[in-house]
Amino acid sequence: MNQSDERLRHQTPPRFSATFDPHSIAEIQRAASTGIYDIRGGGAKRKLPHFDDLLFLGASISRYPLEGYRERCGTNVVLGTRFASKPIELKIPVTIAGMSFGALSGPAKEALGRGASALGTSTTTGDGGMTPEERTHSSTLVYQYLPSRYGMNPTDLRRADAIEIVIGQGAKPGGGGMLLGQKISARVAKMRDLPEGIDQRSACRHPDWTGPDDLEIKIEELREITDWEKPIYVKVGASRPYYDTALAVKSGADVVVLDGMQGGTAATQEVFIENVGLPILSAIRPAVQALQELGMHRKVQLIVSGGIRTGADVAKALALGADAVAIGTAALIALGDNDPRLEDEYRKLGTTAGAYDDWHEGRDPAGITTQDPALAARLDPVKAGRRLSNYLSVLTLECQTIARACGKSHVHNLEPEDLVALTVEAAAMAGVPLAGTNWIPGATNF
Amino acid sequence: MSGNAEMPAYDLSTSALRDLNAKLHALPSNTNETHWTVVNPGGKHALACGLDKPITVEIGGHVGYYCAGMNELATVIVNGNAGVGVAENMMSGTVHVKGDASQAAGATGRGGLLVIDGNASARCGISMKGIDIVVKGSIGPMSAFMAQSGNLVVLGDAGEALGDSIYEARLFVRGNVASLGTDCTAKEMGPDDRAVLAEVLARADLAGVSTDDFKLYGSARRLYHFHVDNVDSY
Amino acid sequence: MCGIAGLYLKNDKLHSELGSLLSQMLVVLTDRGPDSTGFAIYGSGSPKDGKVTLRAEDHGRLKAAVAAVEKQFGAVRPVYRSSHAVISISPEMIPALQAFVAAQADGAEIVGHGARMEIYKEVGLPAKVSERFGLARMTGTHAIGHTRMATESAVTTRGAHPFSTGPDQCLVHNGSLSNHNALRRELKRNGIAFATDNDSEVAAGYLSWCMQEGATLKQALTRGLSDLDGFYTFVVGTESGFAVLRDPIACKPAVMAETDDYVAFGSEYRALAVLPGIEAARVFEPEPARVYVWER
Repeated sequence: MNQSDERLRHQTPPRFSATFDPHSIAEIQRAASTGIYDIRGGGAKRKLPHFDDLLFLGASISRYPLEGYRERCGTNVVLGTRFASKPIELKIPVTIAGMSFGALSGPAKEALGRGASALGTSTTTGDGGMTPEERTHSSTLVYQYLPSRYGMNPTDLRRADAIEIVIGQGAKPGGGGMLLGQKISARVAKMRDLPEGIDQRSACRHPDWTGPDDLEIKIEELREITDWEKPIYVKVGASRPYYDTALAVKSGADVVVLDGMQGGTAATQEVFIENVGLPILSAIRPAVQALQELGMHRKVQLIVSGGIRTGADVAKALALGADAVAIGTAALIALGDNDPRLEDEYRKLGTTAGAYDDWHEGRDPAGITTQDPALAARLDPVKAGRRLSNYLSVLTLECQTIARACGKSHVHNLEPEDLVALTVEAAAMAGVPLAGTNWIPGATNF
Repeated sequence: MSGNAEMPAYDLSTSALRDLNAKLHALPSNTNETHWTVVNPGGKHALACGLDKPITVEIGGHVGYYCAGMNELATVIVNGNAGVGVAENMMSGTVHVKGDASQAAGATGRGGLLVIDGNASARCGISMKGIDIVVKGSIGPMSAFMAQSGNLVVLGDAGEALGDSIYEARLFVRGNVASLGTDCTAKEMGPDDRAVLAEVLARADLAGVSTDDFKLYGSARRLYHFHVDNVDSY
Repeated sequence: MCGIAGLYLKNDKLHSELGSLLSQMLVVLTDRGPDSTGFAIYGSGSPKDGKVTLRAEDHGRLKAAVAAVEKQFGAVRPVYRSSHAVISISPEMIPALQAFVAAQADGAEIVGHGARMEIYKEVGLPAKVSERFGLARMTGTHAIGHTRMATESAVTTRGAHPFSTGPDQCLVHNGSLSNHNALRRELKRNGIAFATDNDSEVAAGYLSWCMQEGATLKQALTRGLSDLDGFYTFVVGTESGFAVLRDPIACKPAVMAETDDYVAFGSEYRALAVLPGIEAARVFEPEPARVYVWER
């Protein structure tokens, strides 16, 4: 055998860098080639401490479970009891998060409305305004009030059941809306008062107020316009949840909506999604603490979102002190996003089912995150609405199963002491002890 | 007997703002209670906001934030100064401020006419979406930021960074512009533009003002699609 | 975020109403600042003594602290108002007094000092805090006041504004600084002491430090435009008047009114609406990034 054969036989296999891993290398190469940051939809994809790291303590000798069916486990929630004359009553503690018509197709918005209404819960408009389809099909509709004010008008304000003032969202706290030209169709352009086909630039701050002291005056105005009927929500991306929650209360909010970094967006820079904001697990306890210190827990309701997938996630969020959760990404998946049956089409787009996130391009083969009429027509809003209501039913049943096992006759009676954590990080972030110990890192001794 | 009724003056020093707004909202569409007078506003916020009938509300004094917010069809006259966000998100109708206006006058307005006899401070016409604004005095810095559509007419001067990130709104300024914002540029005033200017001036009772002395500013349209060579602008 | 009120009286005949007018302005600003209230008032001074405002957790501790001071420095003619006391001492003794007070454990602390300035601040609503200190009956040439809505630091008395920046000088702030932590660390290295995690205290410390290095207040505020990052409306009380500065983006409000009798500042016009003759006042808004100074 010659010398080079010898060398080949004893070579070590190629080694990838953990830092400059294939994905990082590809991204640098893409940036060098295009001169623009990578834009995508969805929320943070990296592994984060999450509800998976928490477990429930089911009934045992000291605690007794409830039987299914006969022994009721209530799931209803009332939002906006603080100031509104017409608070919102939901049958289940799961709502549909704000997603814009523009980001989503018309049939998708209709499907969300149908599915949510079937289970007695609400949907939320997004950056771009209220569509007739959504108002018609949503029995309870929350109207977002965003920095851009696209499509904002008093008629829709009065037709809404609640108003959600958006300060930010979990995917991009501090960022504004983004919708690229391929999705600024004629209809979207008209709703937003923009030229068709341009890339929408959005403001990241509200135009006529900055700060909680002036937010208070803005809330007052919105209440006056709607004769104090409707609950006013304030939505923030998880960043400084303790202070933000306290300030939302001081500004006069009825409901605080807290969106973790796993919460999705239609489009923003990838680096924004992955590097700004907190995982929802770490944001709930500080928000609840702020409410408790102000004597406002359960009086100003807390809705949390960002990575809710199963009824166990719902139950854990409620146990940590939330009044309800919101789902966005999960709702889209229920409608049909990232369906493996469309694998061939995902491959043509350079991706694969389960990883598709270039929603900003508007070429969604499922017809959900697109404005292309042919693609949007693929989504049957009745069938998709049914899928969503199925999923919401499962979330509710799963949550009830867990709550009953913990001896609760209402899901709101779940509490932090029903939980333990599997990791030190999750224990510290959620403020619950490491399983088998009394230790909450930073809060108690071992 | 038909004819429109003049309501007795509503005194905000003794009666609640909430009651006044509620009364104005509750008017039937064919109301004959079409002329309202408000005295002693004392700088209160959200005065005459959310109106949606063709009535007139005349306010004797200075108002606070968001006076005539989301105004639709009504005429609101402020015989004094207006606070932040006067006529914000107005849909139609007319708002006339006889004194000065604070920040964000006409913010995100989608229609109607806002006339300010005095000066407007920073961010006049921010994010405007179809409103027409006429300021007889000067406007402050960062005005017409992200202005999407509508016309802003200024007889006096404009402060720094006018029309930063502007879309398709038209800015007519007769006086000096301290500086232009990103992607805002002076434009050739064509006959269509001149006609629009004349029409807006006429609606503001300024038909006698010549359109000759105004300069037109608008979007250079270089930010409509992201291009890496514009990275300095971002 | 917060509410700010300032009143500078040009007309001597109004001096007796200074406290009453400021108190009314602060009450109007309650919504903007429900957490704590504070004010600095510039009344009469004496030809040879300076005034030092002390505060303590409770009246008992305050009296004990004053007794200790008197034992050390002699009679100081204390004037008590609730948790605060104003003592008189010759200006050369003030550094020693500061060291002495700082060394007392669990005692009082100095809120401010000067020939004419007194500072009062406490947790609580403006109406209650004003009443506690008897603001409505105070007199003087000018005063600044503040109602606080804490953003990122705790609601404590120490966190309340005004923050003293030097003799006869103090700062109130509406807004939120974004680089105050780094600035605090640097100022600490330069010998400035901080009692809170409050961003406004950092702004006050920054101005104090600039002036210690020889800058005038106007120069210090101008330098602040480059060094202080974030959103702010500052009002600084001085022996002879007050100064105003808004950051270049100027999102936080600032309204001023001037008549022959006074120059007034308010975060909202509503606060100015209580002033006599306001209907005829020239009402205007300070430009961004420009230092304004009013003085006798």
